[in-house]
Amino acid sequence: MKKLLVFLPLILFIMVASFFFYALQVRKERPVSELASALIDRPFPEFELQTLEGQMINRNALVTGEVTLVNVWGSWCIACRAEHPYLQELAESGVRIVGINYKDPKESAIEWLNRFGDIAEFHIVDRDGRLGINLGVYGAPETYLIDSQGYIRYKKVGIVDDYEWAKIKPVYERLVKQSEAVDSGA
Amino acid sequence: MIPEFGHLALVLALCFSLAQTFVPMWGVRQQSAVLMNVSVPLVLMAFLLTLVSFIFLEISFLRDDFSLVYAANNSNSLLPWYYKFSAVWGAHEGSMLLWALVLVGWSLAVALFSGNLPLEVRAIVLSVQGALAVGFLLFIIFTSNPFDRMLPFPAADGADLNPLLQDFGLIVHPPLLYMGYVGLSVAFSFAVAALILGRLDAEWARWLRPWINTAWAFLTGGIALGSWWAYYELGWGGWWFWDPVENASLMPWLLGTALVHSLAVSEKRNMFKRWTLLLALFAFSLSLLGAFLVRSGVLTSVHAFASDPERGVFILVFLSIVIGSSLLLYGLRMKDLEASPGFEPVSRETALLINNVLFVLMCAVVLLGTLYPLVIDMFGLGSVSVGPPYFNLFAAIIFIPLLLAMAPGQILRWKRDQLSRIKPTSLLSLAISLTGALLLGFLLPPEFSVVLTAGAFLGLWVVTHGLIDLRKQIKNADGFFAGLKRLSLSYWGMQLGHLGVTVCVVGITFSVALSDSRDARLAPGDTYDLNGYHFELVEYRQVRGPNYVADEAFVAVTKNGRPVTEVFPQKRRYAASDQVMTEAGISGNLWRDLYVSMGEPLGGGAWSVRIYVKPFVRWIWYGAMLTALGALLAVADKRYRRRGVTSTSGATL
Repeated sequence: MKKLLVFLPLILFIMVASFFFYALQVRKERPVSELASALIDRPFPEFELQTLEGQMINRNALVTGEVTLVNVWGSWCIACRAEHPYLQELAESGVRIVGINYKDPKESAIEWLNRFGDIAEFHIVDRDGRLGINLGVYGAPETYLIDSQGYIRYKKVGIVDDYEWAKIKPVYERLVKQSEAVDSGA
Repeated sequence: MIPEFGHLALVLALCFSLAQTFVPMWGVRQQSAVLMNVSVPLVLMAFLLTLVSFIFLEISFLRDDFSLVYAANNSNSLLPWYYKFSAVWGAHEGSMLLWALVLVGWSLAVALFSGNLPLEVRAIVLSVQGALAVGFLLFIIFTSNPFDRMLPFPAADGADLNPLLQDFGLIVHPPLLYMGYVGLSVAFSFAVAALILGRLDAEWARWLRPWINTAWAFLTGGIALGSWWAYYELGWGGWWFWDPVENASLMPWLLGTALVHSLAVSEKRNMFKRWTLLLALFAFSLSLLGAFLVRSGVLTSVHAFASDPERGVFILVFLSIVIGSSLLLYGLRMKDLEASPGFEPVSRETALLINNVLFVLMCAVVLLGTLYPLVIDMFGLGSVSVGPPYFNLFAAIIFIPLLLAMAPGQILRWKRDQLSRIKPTSLLSLAISLTGALLLGFLLPPEFSVVLTAGAFLGLWVVTHGLIDLRKQIKNADGFFAGLKRLSLSYWGMQLGHLGVTVCVVGITFSVALSDSRDARLAPGDTYDLNGYHFELVEYRQVRGPNYVADEAFVAVTKNGRPVTEVFPQKRRYAASDQVMTEAGISGNLWRDLYVSMGEPLGGGAWSVRIYVKPFVRWIWYGAMLTALGALLAVADKRYRRRGVTSTSGATL
């Protein structure tokens, strides 16, 4: 027995290393978002704000049981323009998108949408950035994934493009699958 | 063409490292001195080629060659040249190249400065070093090539070096730290050589000690510098955050410290051999583990590298091979090691055993605290973060007994000692320390402080033991200076190292107990008083740096109406990346730091400003430097420079 004790370090190491291999596998499907938000895995904050159409809405309008991509944008934001065509593709492929129009005069926002096309179900107007503070927005563009129950599951600061979507897509698909499971369960 | 030559040089360095791995090992098998000796020119070539590769990457950065993806992502034409220079190791790819360069540099040092090593030992050590270099070079070439081009459309300008890293600290911190991390590989290779040759005696410990002390000194310096950099660059006033990246550097240091001490026992008494071997293997293993944690993206951290699971897989496979095979070898060879000679409970050995147990325990605490959030996350149990309270609590629980034991431990004799011999010293020291600590605890802070008193007590306890012992050591000499001269450099190294620890402990506890900070809303002309210092905000102004614009506050500090200093904290906006950085204004001396950092503009020309007065905070880093110096002093001891001495056991005293 005592002779075998000398292999204890090896055995311990094999256990730790196996765990790391497992962790790497998990990380491939579920990467740490680049700026881990304190809000990850928390409910989307409560709000009561107007849409661009002038309708008062609250959190219930956002959380409808469907996995939703929330995009923070502003007409002043050049990068949002670059990101726009890609979001359009996503919308066409069936992703539900809701916009947060961030620190932007309403008129310029509407003008911007007329020019580049509106791809979102609706846009929440966050004129003074209140919701932005609750969400921990660093700047535009920013993209959040919200699951069917209204929990924030992913956050991306910066442009979403092919490369980024490749990372977000597995999370999105997992959430959709989960929401389907919930639906069929109920 | 320069990047292509750099890449080519790297590939050639890989070839020479492969040869360095196999040829000398073959030589050992064949008992061929020629084959064993050829390792030296092979190492030299591997080093020169890696150096060439590194220099070519430097040239690409200095000449703003943004057709390199790596340069385009991490440099910018507006950067001052010295930041372009250090931007080379500002991100993953280049820092790996620096790592590889340091690794082959250590191998070369072993090849050149080990004339007293038996040929076989040197051949195996260099062969293992070669294998490690092969791993890292493969890693760079296949997953992290800094010479990748962005063709046919090179970037017009670079995305800029992270502003946090545009700092003198970053020029020096990574090279120093890597010297430490990678230096531990020498201990690893020596351990493997000892296992292969089945030769594990006092002489082996004597070969290894100078190397490990040097690496450990670099690691100590590197960590201290990193802590200093975090202190003045992050603008939060703290100096250690228990962040995963910091922990990754602390773990090898903790085991390295244990190793430095257990080697003393192995050299002097030919004991603790298994233990020393394991520490030598694990210290470097933890360096590799740190590289994995930081670069694979499994953990989040404030200073994480751009991470990539592919790289994670490579490092993990590599470290599994390296660590797994060495531990397997350990198990196979150690089965039949004969028992060591014993020692009495009251002896230097016991004290060093306590040291080892406590340092290994602390390392385990840090490892658990670092991995626990990952474990919880992996098994889908939510996300937690293990915060400073956990680490601070255990650090206190472990380091207090450590320091209590250290003081008498350093004056105990080897093998067997009498408590009655050290009792007078310890009693005298206890009296001085208690009185001194209570006086300081009541007089220095406004209210009695337990932390400060404890720190003062531990500091005095260690220092008085050291001084009393020093007096005894020179008592029998012809004169004071003759006595001092007679003492060996290793003795001075130990004294200095322990003094450094004391200084550091005083710095930590005193700054915790005496520091004060306030947030204030300050408009031009406003004043604020803190800890007897009178801060006056003279004005805000705009300044322009080479690649940023900044709002700067001009703060004049007076005490009792007399001018003390002026500080100029800044809020910088870097042009290329549009990132905002807080640059604290710090004025420090031996006794206190005055630290002012700017928050947010509040309108009406005012800003929120945070003001700190931090007494004794510099002692933390001065202490670490003294400790590192102590380790280097011990390396200079002449017994390590004797050539070809054959001694059976630790007869030197």
